[in-house]
Formats: sequence, structure tokens, C-alpha cells
Amino acid sequence: MQEKVAQIIGKYNNDKGFLVPILQDVQKEFNYLPKDVLVAVCAQLHVPLSRIYEVATFYRAFSLTPRGKHQLSLCVGTACHVRGAPIIQDGIERVLNCKAGQTTADLEFTFETVNCLGACALGPILVVDDEYQGQMTLAKANKLLKKLGKKVATDEED
Amino acid sequence: MKKIKSTAKLRDLQQELNARLDPNRACIAICCGTGCLAHGTRNLVERFEQELADRELTEKIALRRTGCHGFCERGPMVVIHPQKIFYQRIKADDVPEIIDKTILDNEIIDRLLYRDPVTKEKIVHEHEVPFYKKQMRLVFGMNGMIEPTKIADYLAIGGYGALAKVLDQGDPQGVIDEIGAAGLRGRGGGGFPTGRKWNATRKAEGSPKYVICNADEGDPGAYMDRSLLEGNPHSVLEGMIIGAYAIGSSHGYIYVRNEYPLAVENITLAINKAREIGLLGENILGSGFDFDIVINRGGGAFVCGESSALFASIEGRIGEPRAKYVHATDKGLYDKPTCLNNVETWANVPLIVNKGAQWYASIGTEHSKGTKIFSLVGKINNTGLVEVPMGITLREIVYEIGGGIPKGRKFKAVQTGGPSGGCIPEAYLDMPVDFDELSKLGTMMGSGGMIVMDERNCMVDVAKYFLKFLEQESCGKCTPCREGIYQMRKILDRITEGEGKLEDLDTLEWMCQAIKDGSLCALGASAPNPVLTTLRYFRSEYEAHIIDKKCPAGVCKALITYGIDPDKCTGCHACARVCPTGAASGEKKEVHQIDQEKCIKCGACYEACKFDAITIV
Amino acid sequence: MSQTVTLTIDGRQVQAEAGTTLLEAARSVNIQIPHLCSNEELAPYGACRMCMVEIRHGQRTRMVASCIYEVEEGLEVQTATERVLNVRRLVIELMLARNPTHPTLLQMAADLGIEKTRFEVEVKGCILCGLCVRTCREVVGVSAIGFEGRGTTRRIATPFNEAPPDCIACGACSAVCPVDVIPLKEKDGIRTIWKTDYPMQRCESCGRLIAPVKQLEYFAKITNQPLSHFTEHCVHCR
Repeated sequence: MQEKVAQIIGKYNNDKGFLVPILQDVQKEFNYLPKDVLVAVCAQLHVPLSRIYEVATFYRAFSLTPRGKHQLSLCVGTACHVRGAPIIQDGIERVLNCKAGQTTADLEFTFETVNCLGACALGPILVVDDEYQGQMTLAKANKLLKKLGKKVATDEED
Repeated sequence: MKKIKSTAKLRDLQQELNARLDPNRACIAICCGTGCLAHGTRNLVERFEQELADRELTEKIALRRTGCHGFCERGPMVVIHPQKIFYQRIKADDVPEIIDKTILDNEIIDRLLYRDPVTKEKIVHEHEVPFYKKQMRLVFGMNGMIEPTKIADYLAIGGYGALAKVLDQGDPQGVIDEIGAAGLRGRGGGGFPTGRKWNATRKAEGSPKYVICNADEGDPGAYMDRSLLEGNPHSVLEGMIIGAYAIGSSHGYIYVRNEYPLAVENITLAINKAREIGLLGENILGSGFDFDIVINRGGGAFVCGESSALFASIEGRIGEPRAKYVHATDKGLYDKPTCLNNVETWANVPLIVNKGAQWYASIGTEHSKGTKIFSLVGKINNTGLVEVPMGITLREIVYEIGGGIPKGRKFKAVQTGGPSGGCIPEAYLDMPVDFDELSKLGTMMGSGGMIVMDERNCMVDVAKYFLKFLEQESCGKCTPCREGIYQMRKILDRITEGEGKLEDLDTLEWMCQAIKDGSLCALGASAPNPVLTTLRYFRSEYEAHIIDKKCPAGVCKALITYGIDPDKCTGCHACARVCPTGAASGEKKEVHQIDQEKCIKCGACYEACKFDAITIV
Repeated sequence: MSQTVTLTIDGRQVQAEAGTTLLEAARSVNIQIPHLCSNEELAPYGACRMCMVEIRHGQRTRMVASCIYEVEEGLEVQTATERVLNVRRLVIELMLARNPTHPTLLQMAADLGIEKTRFEVEVKGCILCGLCVRTCREVVGVSAIGFEGRGTTRRIATPFNEAPPDCIACGACSAVCPVDVIPLKEKDGIRTIWKTDYPMQRCESCGRLIAPVKQLEYFAKITNQPLSHFTEHCVHCR
């Protein structure tokens, strides 16, 4: 782990100014920002841990908890909002039984909302594991969820 | 490519590359913007590559993977050159036919043409499509002519010629004067005169001086900067290099959203290519001028579009703005003189240098010159990116370019300026669009988002939406923004839940003014705009929520009831199938009903019903 | 030689050295501007917005934070216009919604004619003035605590909400807090702060408690002195 951290930081010439991109690379490598890795970044970059913790909790891209196997990001930008993104958000939260910003208990899904993904013409947009899915509807979202994991209940609650 | 050592050598190369462009050679320009990629363009590209290879046509027919063409609504799309035939909504299986019929046999495929929804007429050529006809695509139009990953494509159409011109003239102050005379104003939000900003940075004491491109396009509903960076990164680089030369800077940054992976990829590639051939780095084109650019990826924070928060982020800290009593042009990044402009502003620079200030200033209105790219989205038929001269009316944009509102519904408002802007009602549709006119209406240009809303959008809900957005995006440093927006949203929550009082509207208006006056940065100071404009233009809708306990648009869950119109219900059972709680039920082929006790108002039945039988009151 | 600037504050002519903030200049002539996040030992921050004033330059008026804005020749400053008072009323009501009981806040509110907040109260105690974080960073120099999150979810926190590794238990954060929400306890030679126990050093001569061991170790490190320099005698028996 120390080596990986050194490698990432080395890419940015040990420059504290690149703390945000460094943490992005760390998150890519480790799936989230594990505490021990952040402590290592702090030691190698000579930045107080409180500052790394500030940055890690300020920017929305970072997660301090492990992320699910599948990543669902629903755009809730204005264009998607007026075309019904809130209805889809409610639907996904209901089906996954997890609120936006959370990961399902079985670590299968992380569901997030994003304040505009910049593909406004196709709204509402759902990004499923890096694939943009445009003109989303409740029915389409349910279909995608079913396809991804059979464990997920769809029509059982009342 | 080898390093280019002089401006003369650059011109030779441009000419050589240009001569290789055969205007009569068949070329398939396929839009690979993010919108079209989401429509499945990747498969289409592969299919074209394969089918061309199968027919051994790879040499004869060019395939150009371009950036965004703007008409995202009709993707995936191709333009076939030299005739400029425009095909839209293409599927992979259409590919063999396009090659065999259109390219080899010059035959038009009728079903792939765009059909004007008003005249019902089929349109063959790109420039005849109404969506494009009224546009003036000075900055954005180049996207269709080049592959963003190929610097040779940009050079062949004269790219970096503006840089060569300023280097030859050797008069940095003259460049600033030219940009000033053109009347270019910042495309990122405030509309500050670009020439003045450059001048202030040039005159400021301190070194190094920084030139930054703000590509942290966070305004929800705007994506023109993304499409420019993805589709024509070199135009942005060229603008920045010219700016750096004029200002006297050797260090540049591009601060780009990490949510834009393709933009990051293309701009990184472009920087590397430009450096390789001597357009960045030391002694650019043998002029003795040094300048290089570093990319810094944002971490997902809207507030980082604010200059001082952006600097904090580049310095590796949280994006907290500082009070701007000292201008960034004097003390910006690392407290050094800094010139920050957004993507679209930089992309305008080569254009002005090439064609001159006088030409540029002839486009637009008295105080807003040139064109502006808008993202026309929401409840509009032709969604996409449109570039229009300043001063065009909203009506022209919405109805002539945008083709009006889908499903025959009524226009209600157009929202501009993102969370800092406001909602403009129908009464002002004939107003010319420029920086000052939008301000007069209580909204702003912002980065160019135009979100169209129809009668099914609730304006109280929209105001609440923006407050919620800002509540999450506020950095949390100053009290009026952090706590004030939150408390305003709580008031709107109560109103949308039917628990509002008329006094709440006075409280809201009072809070709006105090938040405007008291906030530390522009995010807080402009946060009340969505509330103020909706109160100003749609007060009756607030009153309906408060007095009648109704949401006229049928959006606010607590105030609506789903029902079934027995005259329209065919008993198809579609609603019952999708209902997650069993509230919608009925025997097949008989009129269904909704059990209000069980209904959670999720909207699934409304979406599923093909007969318009679900009512919302 | 520093330059002297003449300006008017609430109609009174005031002279101040260039670089002085409006808040300081006003204070020098006994005009009190309420403020919560400003402290002479710290760099100007401008977060609480209580100290807003209205300034006039020719025809234009503008609202600025007096703890940051510096004096300018000929500037006209108004510290209590209706516009200014409205911002202060909003700010204090918003703070009372987080902390409805602290006497300092209640007094400030009373000065503005406000008894209680009209907003929904959600007691958090902390008003996020940031004095603790900035003192720890700028004065103490250890950066043991910081901000967590952003927007309405922002709070003051130790990294990962655990025992802060860089904390020297000096207690400056607790002392500087204007609303007394950072508890510090001392019992049986142990100081407890940020839910962590820190043993105190006893004076090797007289046996009195001097300071937390970690704090003395930190002093030794930054002054480049042996630790014994701080432990052999205390201020009482030196």
C-alpha cells in the first residue's frame, strides 16, 4: 500500500497542490479512501491529517466508505429535474432500499445523485457503471436494476 | 510530428495539411459527443470501421469521429461530405445502407432524414435544418470539421494561425487592446470585460502570473464548455496561449471537472501534442516566449466555479471562497496576479485575433458582443447546444431553433443562469438575450443554461430544487449562505407540503435581500435569485399552494392525488403491473382504480399508462 | 513609514494607518461593531457576517465585512443602516436556530431588538465561526482539528472523529470558542479534550501541574530545547 501511495504522489512531484487529484487517483486505486491510506498520504505529503480529512469530506467525489460493486449515478441537474429525475430517484431508493449517497448492505450497489453530468439534452440521465443511459424512466431504471442483480427485490414492498 | 521552430514553418505546415484536404473526398463525420455516445454511437463507429474495411474503402472514404454537433436530441447522427447530407437517429444496421446507397451511389435514404415537425417536410442538408438555420456557429461550428484528438485537423483549418499572428506582431499590449475593442465579455457568469481583466493582470505587480481556464462547468443544465473541450480542445489552448502572451504569463492551469472524463482525456492529449510540436513549453515557435499548462481535476464542488474557491482547490485545500476586496488580477492563485476565464471565453480569442475586433464587435448588441452558446434543454423539442448572436430573442431560440414545447403543452418559463439565475415567464419571450437584458429581469446569463419548463413544472418546486442544490453546494463558510439557504428551503418545504402561511412569502423576500447583502461570495449572493424571480413572476402559484393547498402543476406530492379517468381507462392493467404498492388494481379489460391509502404517489402508473387515463389533481 | 488614511465612520472623521481594517478603525474611536469570528491573533476570515457595514464610494454603496475590508482615503462607512441591521438580524436569528441559549448570542440579539429566532431550532451548539480551527492552525500551529463536510452538514471535527493524532491538548480551541461548546476537563492529572485523555506534566521541583505532556513536548520541539527545560521548574517556582 505504501508503495502504491508513493507511486501516485510521485506522479505529482510530491506537490501538495495536487491533493485533490492525488486523492482521486487513490480512490481509483483502492475503490474508496481507506483511513490507513489517507494516513500514509498525510505522512508522505507532509500535510496535516486534518487537512486531508477536510478535503476528503468536502468534495463530493470522495467516499470514506467502501463503494458497491455497481455504481449508479443519477443526474439531478435542472434539465433532468424538470424531466422527472426525482420520480426516478424515489424509485431507485425504494428498490435498492438505500438512500442516495449510500451503498447497499450487501455492497452490490452504490447509488448517488450528481448535480449535473453535462449531458442535459438526454435527461434524465442514469450512469450505470460508467455507461450513460439517457431518457431514463422508472420502468427503464427497474429493468437495468434487474439486469444487474437478481438479489434485488423489485415489486415486493407495500 | 517534429517540433515547429518558427511561425513561418507553422504556416507552411498549415498549408501543407490544408492542401491534403480534398473537398470532394467522401467523408463521414460522425458525432461522438457525450450525448451521442449515450445514444450508442460507439457501436456505430465500430460498424462503420468494419463495413468500410470489408469493402476496402478505408483509404477512399474518410471517417471522422468529431466532437458534439449540438443537436443532441436527434443523435446518433452523421453528416456526409461533400454534400453535407444529414442523417439522424441512426442505428448500426443502417450503416451498410448508408455506405452502399448514399456514399457509393449518391442516393438519399429517406427514412434517416430529419423531418420538420411543423411543415412535415424532410430535410436533406445539415444547414437547412431549422435547428441550425438560425444559429451562428462561429465557435462551435468547427467541432464538425475536425477530430479533436488530431492536432493536424485543427492545423489544416488554420488552427494556431492566430497565435502565429500575435507572435509575429510582437505587441502583447496590442492583443489586449484588440480583445478590449472587440467587446468580449466573460462567458462564465458575470460577464466581466475580458480585455480589462487581461490588462489588470498584465499591469499587476508580482510574478509568476497565472492564466487559468475554468472548466469546472457546474451550472446544472449547461454543458457547452464540456462539448468545446471534448470537441475542439486546441481552440481553447490557442486562446490561452495568446492570453498568456498578452498578459506576460508562463504558467497556465486548466481546472476541469472530473465528472467529464472525455474532456479530461481530450484536453490532456491536446496539451501533450501541442507541447510535442512546440506550441507549448519553452521558446514557443522560436519566439522566445515560454508557456506551459497543467491540468487540475476538480473534486465535485459547484462552489469551485467561484474564482477564489477555485484557487483554493488548485492549492490543494477545500473550496472555500475568500472575500474579494482584492481582485484576483492582483492576488489570485498563490496570491499572485491571475487571469481566470472560462472555456468558451478562451475559445473566442483566436476568432477575434483572426478576424479582428471590428468584425467581432459588429455581431451582437451594444454592450454584449459576439455569439453565445446556450444549452437548450428541458421541455423543448430540439434539445441541444445552440450558438446564437447576442440579442436574439428568447422566442426565436425557444420556438424557431428549439421547435417549441413537446406534447403540445404550454410554455411556462425558461430558466437561465443556473442556480444564480431566475425563471423568465412568457411575457418576456420577445426580449433580446444579452448580459444586461437578462439582469434587468432578475436573472443572468450565467454560463448559458436555458432550461425550458412547461405547464407540468411547478415553480415553487423549481425554487425549492435550486435551494436544495445550493444547500448541498454551499461551502458552509458564511452564515447567511449556509444557514439562510437551509432555512429558506425549510419554508418552501412547508409550502409544498400544504403547511405554508402567507407571511412566509414576506419572510422569504426579507431573507432574500439580507442573504444577497450578507453573503461572502457570489454563490450566496445570487442564491436568492430563483426564489425572487419565481415570487415575482409566479406569485399566484405560491398562493395556490398556501391558500388552496393545491399544486396547479401537479408536482408537489403532498398536494396531489392520483386517479383514473374511467372514460379513458382500457383496463390494460399496465398501471397495476408497475405499481410498487398494489394501490393501482383492477380486472383486465375493466376500469381500474387507485387505492389512495396505499398510493405513495411514485408516478409509475402515470408513466406506464398509454391512454392518458391517469389523472393528477 | 506607514501611511495615514482619513475616512468617515458614521459621520465621524477617523484617521487610521493604511492596512487597518474598518472594524479596528471603528473600534479606535469607540464605535463598536458586533462580530463573532474575528480575532486579532488570526488572519481575517469573514465568515460570521455580523460585522457587515455599508460603504460609499462616490455614488455607489456596497456591503462589506468590516473585519476584512481595509481603510481607504475618503471612504464613507455606515455601521448601522437598515440594510446593515437586516443582515445582522438575519445572521443572529440563524445562529440562534443552532444555539438558542448562549448568553453572548442572546445579548447580541437583544441589541438588535430580537428575543428569539423565528426559524426552526435544531440545537447544534456550535455556530461554525471557525475560531477553534483557525487558532489551532495559525496560533498553535498543529492543525489537529478541522472542518468536516460542507454546506449545512459542515461541522468541526477531528480527523475521522477519532482521537486527533496532532493534538497537544493545549486547550486553545476551547478557550477561544465564543459559545463554549468545546468541553475541556481536568481531573486527577488528566486533561480531557476531544474525547481523549492527555496526562499532565508535574513540575519536577514543586509538583504542581504545568501542562499536558504532549504540549511540553511540542514546545521542546519547536523551540529546539530539551524537554527538561520545561519540566524542571514551573512558572510558580522558577
